[in-house]
Amino acid sequence: MMKRRSWQEYQKEIADDRYYYARSCIRQNFFPGSEKAFIDILQNDLGKDLLDDPKHSSCTGIGYHSDIVPLETIMTVVARQFSLMNEAGYENFVTSCITSFGIYCEVLSTWNEFPETEEKTRENLLKATGREFRKPASLAHTSDVMFHFRDQIAARAKHRLVNAVTGEPLKVVEHIGCHYAKIFPKSGIGGSEFPYVLAGMIESWGGEVVDYPERRHCCGFGFRNYLVQANRGYSIANSHKKLESMAPYKPDFIVANCPGCTMFLDKWQYAIAEMEGTTYGQNGHGIPVLTYEEMAGLVLGYNPWALGLQMHQVDVEPLLDKMGIEYDPAAKYLGRNGKYIGKPASAVVNCCPTDTIYDIRE
Amino acid sequence: MKKRIIVIGGGVAGMQTALRLAEQGVEPVIVEKEPELGGKLRGWHVLFPSFTPAEEVLTALRRRVNESGIEVLTSAEVVGLEPRSVRLADGRELHGDSVVVATGFTLFDASIKEEYGYGIYDNVFTSADIERMFNEGRVAKADGTAPRRIAFLHCVGSRDEKVCQQHCSKVCCITGVKQAMEMKKLFPEADVFNFYMDIRMFGPGYEEMYREAQQKYNIHFVRGRISEAAPTIDGRVQIKAEDTLTGRPLRMSVDMLVLLIGMRANDDNARLAEGAGLNRASSGFMAPRDLFLGNVCSNVGGIFYAGAVTAPKSIGETLNEATAAADAAAKYAEA
Amino acid sequence: MAAINFGYTISKPRAIDLDRNNLRKSDEILREMPELQTCIGCGACTAICTAGNLTSFNFRKVHTLVRRGEYQGAYEEMNKCMLCGKCRLVCPRGINTRGVVMLIKRKLGDF
Repeated sequence: MMKRRSWQEYQKEIADDRYYYARSCIRQNFFPGSEKAFIDILQNDLGKDLLDDPKHSSCTGIGYHSDIVPLETIMTVVARQFSLMNEAGYENFVTSCITSFGIYCEVLSTWNEFPETEEKTRENLLKATGREFRKPASLAHTSDVMFHFRDQIAARAKHRLVNAVTGEPLKVVEHIGCHYAKIFPKSGIGGSEFPYVLAGMIESWGGEVVDYPERRHCCGFGFRNYLVQANRGYSIANSHKKLESMAPYKPDFIVANCPGCTMFLDKWQYAIAEMEGTTYGQNGHGIPVLTYEEMAGLVLGYNPWALGLQMHQVDVEPLLDKMGIEYDPAAKYLGRNGKYIGKPASAVVNCCPTDTIYDIRE
Repeated sequence: MKKRIIVIGGGVAGMQTALRLAEQGVEPVIVEKEPELGGKLRGWHVLFPSFTPAEEVLTALRRRVNESGIEVLTSAEVVGLEPRSVRLADGRELHGDSVVVATGFTLFDASIKEEYGYGIYDNVFTSADIERMFNEGRVAKADGTAPRRIAFLHCVGSRDEKVCQQHCSKVCCITGVKQAMEMKKLFPEADVFNFYMDIRMFGPGYEEMYREAQQKYNIHFVRGRISEAAPTIDGRVQIKAEDTLTGRPLRMSVDMLVLLIGMRANDDNARLAEGAGLNRASSGFMAPRDLFLGNVCSNVGGIFYAGAVTAPKSIGETLNEATAAADAAAKYAEA
Repeated sequence: MAAINFGYTISKPRAIDLDRNNLRKSDEILREMPELQTCIGCGACTAICTAGNLTSFNFRKVHTLVRRGEYQGAYEEMNKCMLCGKCRLVCPRGINTRGVVMLIKRKLGDF
């Protein structure tokens, strides 16, 4: 096991209760069960007060990092989120997206360093919406909160990150995402070189973290670099580099912190397989990729299909089998109300022949 | 009656200062916080550029101190000083006619540069570790086998704003060249790479030694700072740098990564300076009265400096400076 | 399996990978002319180079790349040298630069 002595030097205050929850723009499309799982785990399993406020908006981070949204605008949008939080009577802001987390850190830090920008933002917000705001008492990413409660979750675990047959810990690759700790290393648990936020969960829940040569490397999302098709060649090359580097360690799955990274590490496996015929999983297929909420959900015994795992590019069934999780293959593509949601065409990275899956049309 | 001068620090600077004072007919007393004399040199193997064993220098200095009957207080930490007195941690107070501060420096803690994984990856070492390993006669990878590829990284904790050490530690470049040559002598089949930002060969014979390392020892010098180290599946270390002379990123795995750690100012310089009204440089080292005609004097009459307490220095420079400091302190005491 | 064309390809890494590069030729060159290793990258050779002022030829960079095991194109690059020898006059390390050009051409004709 890796000697991560330094992580304890990077601690931050994480509130114990009463969270104002800010969702991500893209996570609900890519891993639709993740945010729901976070809310359920906090409210139902841990009995915490969390407000999922429909009034809040995008932080506009994607636009900001794509040079479409100016700094003044994003500061005003952030101020409005804080105002909504004040109005709802909360003061602990938790955000589901790594880029949003980076944006909130950046805006708060800018206001701190350049108080005139905060004054200007107050003016702008008042003009645009008639609102005022107070800054949050604490700011955390939702993975920080999950990390904070990792031992409580471990105490309630139905499954552990352990091979149910051999008893060996599962080998897990973790990826925290650049905007979690590379912009403000002190805002991330464990800092940026030896981040512990996901590693802590993995270790608490019985798994073993893989430290591979390109562990700190960016997934290649990069906003402009991915949004423009002509640039995707070097976007995908970054995920390719990571996958090449981690494959010899035979990881059982990848867990990622950031919306973009989770999607890329999952979906680029498909693109690489189709372009070059290369796959990285032990079974000749892909390496399953989870969000940390999905990982926590599996540990707590949530139904994999309720967690939305059928929406992943790489099939997760080999992982479920290793963990000894029972699931109904026939229910994979049935939605929450039992309605057939469609199924993807068969691909190299997938291991489950699609004909074993129940198709309601047949 | 003989004048008495307090010398704080029993390393090379302190011992040489005391010896010179004794020679001048002054009575020195050395106050050393460690249980024995020797300072940082105790951990060193051989000295650049002549490969003279450090032990040779140390033994000679200690013997002379002993033979001169110089009073030595060991395990005695100084917590405050004035031109005519020094206060120890145990409450004792020593009196004299002037004070020479020869408290040296602190080695940079390489684990602060987290990206190199010192203390985390088994095959990442510091230059001090290598000297110790040479002294113990056991230079090897963590698993005991011989390295086939070794990388040295210059400027770890020097010239680095990120760790608040903006100064050049000066002696690490030549130490890197020296250690690379020692490694090559020990492991002739190994490939040795030195990653540097600038090679600063400031002393007599240093440039010649650098050239010998290049031409005769086939040591590869790559101009570029290693940006991060990571473990490989077989327990080696992967490093990344830019080969700035070709304008291309470069990566490779090595069996041993050696970090050439810099010299930084002692943490207690601040407290000592404040108590005595002494000036410090922005680097945290003590600031001499002036850099030309008063470089062993402090800004306070009766307090003098010798050695690396004012800036990183080589052993030779330290010995010279200690002599000058002793003369200045003796002159002050006699006046 | 026919590869799907997504409208982009996976970019190849630009890094010099010393784990993959074969340094055998480079070692041979350095064994024949150890003085080349004393280059300190001052660039005087390139500054004075007749060919380098008219073409993209950069003697210092090409021989450095060769020393890293990057042989591709080195022979063609060295062909741009007019062998005038001014680089040898300015080299502060006294490297026989013209000899380096000829040696690289002799060793790397196949690359």
